Amino acid sequence: MADLDTLERQVVDIIAQKKRLPPENITLDSTFLDLGIDSLDGMDLLFAFEDTFNISIPDDVAQQMKSVRMVTEGLRRVLGNRAVAST
Amino acid sequence: MRRVAVTGFGAVSAFGVGVPSLWEGLVAGRSAIRPITVCETKGLASPIAAEVPAFSARSVVTEEHSLVLDRFAEFALVAAAEAVRHAGLELTDEERTRAGVAIGTGIGGAGREDEAYYNVYVRNLPRIHPFTIPRIMYNAAASHVSMAQGWQGPTICISTACASASHAIGEASEMIRAGRTDVMLAGGADAPIAYGIMRAWEAMRVLAPPLDGDPSRACRPFSRDRQGLVLGEGSGLLVLEDWDRAVRRGATIHAELAGYGATADAGHITAPGVEAPARAITTALAQAGVPPDRIQYVNAHGTATRLNDSTETTILKRVFGDHARRLAISSTKSMHGHAMGASGALEAIAAILAITHGVVPPTANYTEPDPECDLDYVPNQARKLKVDAAISNSFAFGGLNAVLLLRRP
Repeated sequence: MADLDTLERQVVDIIAQKKRLPPENITLDSTFLDLGIDSLDGMDLLFAFEDTFNISIPDDVAQQMKSVRMVTEGLRRVLGNRAVAST
Repeated sequence: MRRVAVTGFGAVSAFGVGVPSLWEGLVAGRSAIRPITVCETKGLASPIAAEVPAFSARSVVTEEHSLVLDRFAEFALVAAAEAVRHAGLELTDEERTRAGVAIGTGIGGAGREDEAYYNVYVRNLPRIHPFTIPRIMYNAAASHVSMAQGWQGPTICISTACASASHAIGEASEMIRAGRTDVMLAGGADAPIAYGIMRAWEAMRVLAPPLDGDPSRACRPFSRDRQGLVLGEGSGLLVLEDWDRAVRRGATIHAELAGYGATADAGHITAPGVEAPARAITTALAQAGVPPDRIQYVNAHGTATRLNDSTETTILKRVFGDHARRLAISSTKSMHGHAMGASGALEAIAAILAITHGVVPPTANYTEPDPECDLDYVPNQARKLKVDAAISNSFAFGGLNAVLLLRRP
C-alpha cells in the first residue's frame, strides 16, 4: 500500500484514537462498517475532524464519509474551498 | 391484585458507591456535605454540596461509552448494576421483555448542558459536541440502564422535581400490580451540581450556608435555627418484583412496597400545601391496609427550609393525630443532601434498611427544638427501634407529592 500523505495520516490517527484501534489496522480502504463505527461514532468523528482542521463540514459532504478514503476526499474538498475562499 | 416485593437495591450517594457506605454513614449520623469540587464556585454564597466523592463509572462503562453519558446517567448505571446483583436476578430472554425501568430525574444532564451553554455563549465555539442532546435528555439514565441490562419492558422517565424517584418507584409498583410487568428497576438519578444551576438555586434563597465555616453542619432539618437545604447528587434504584415471582425463585425479599399515594396541591408553585400531601399519605396507608398507628418510622421530606419542615410537621399531625408524637421521624437529607430526583430512592432505601436492621437513622445537626416542629425527629443519634412499617415522603416543588409505604415482608 502506498504511503499515506499528511492529511490521510491525521485522519487515521484521529480514528485510531477515537475508536481505540491500532493505527496499522486502518487503511485508506477501511470502511466505517469494517471499523465498527456506527452513526453515533460517526458524529463524534465529524466533530473531531471539524475541531482539528477548524472547518465546518456541510451535511452533503458528511453523508459521503463512509470510509477513510471518502473522509480524506471530503476533507480535501472542504479544505480546498476554504483555501480558495480565504485568498 | 398482585403484591410488590423489593428484592434488591443499589445506591450512589455522597457517601460513595454502594448501599453499605450509605447506610454506614446514615447510622453514624455523619453529614457528607462538603465544599464543591465538581464545578466553578466563583461568587457562590454557599459553595457546598453533598457531592459523590471521587466518582468513576469505570466499573460498568468504558471510557468510550462515557463520552455519550452525563454524570447522572453514570450514577444510574452504577446503582443499577449493584441493585441487579443484590437481587440475584438472572433473567431469560423472555423474562427480559417483561422487565422495565422507571428512573426519575429532576434536571437530567445538567452538567453537560451547563458545559454546552458555556461553550456556545461564553467561549463562542463554532460547534458543540454532537452528543450533547443524548447526554442531557432526561430519559438518558432510564435508556442506558435498559440497554445495559437488556431489559425490554415498559421503560419510562418521570420528572417531578424532588419527588421524581418516589413517583418512579410508585408508578413502577403500579405497573407490576396491574400485571404489565413482572420486574422493574425503579428510582432516580440526578447530578445538579453545575455552576448555572447552583446560581439559580441561590437566587431562590433556599440554600443553607456553612455553619461557623463547617459545611457538614449546614443542613439542620426541623431545628429552630435551620437555614435551608443543601443540594446533593447520586442515584438510588430498587428492584421491584411481582411478589409470587420473587417467592418462587427463592429471592430474599427485603420489604413489601405495600402502598403508594400521589397527589397534587394545585396551589402554589413552590410553597407546600397541607391537604394534598396529607391525602398522599392516607392514600398509601389505605392501599397497604395499614392503620396509621401501625407506622413506626417516617423518612421525612425534611428539606430544612423554614416552610417545608413546619408544614410537614402539620401534615404528620393531621394524618396521624396523637400517634404523630410516637412516630420516629428523621430527615436523612441532613446527611446525603437533597439529591433532587434521586432523593426519594435513597430515602426509601433508608426506610427499608430501618425495617431490616431495627435501627432508625437520625436527623443530623439537630441543635434546638422549634415550637413549630414539635415531634420526635430522632436527633443526631441513630435509634434501635423495631420497625414493621415505614413511610417515605417526597413533596416536590410544583406541589407534586408522592408517598411510599414499606412494610416488613
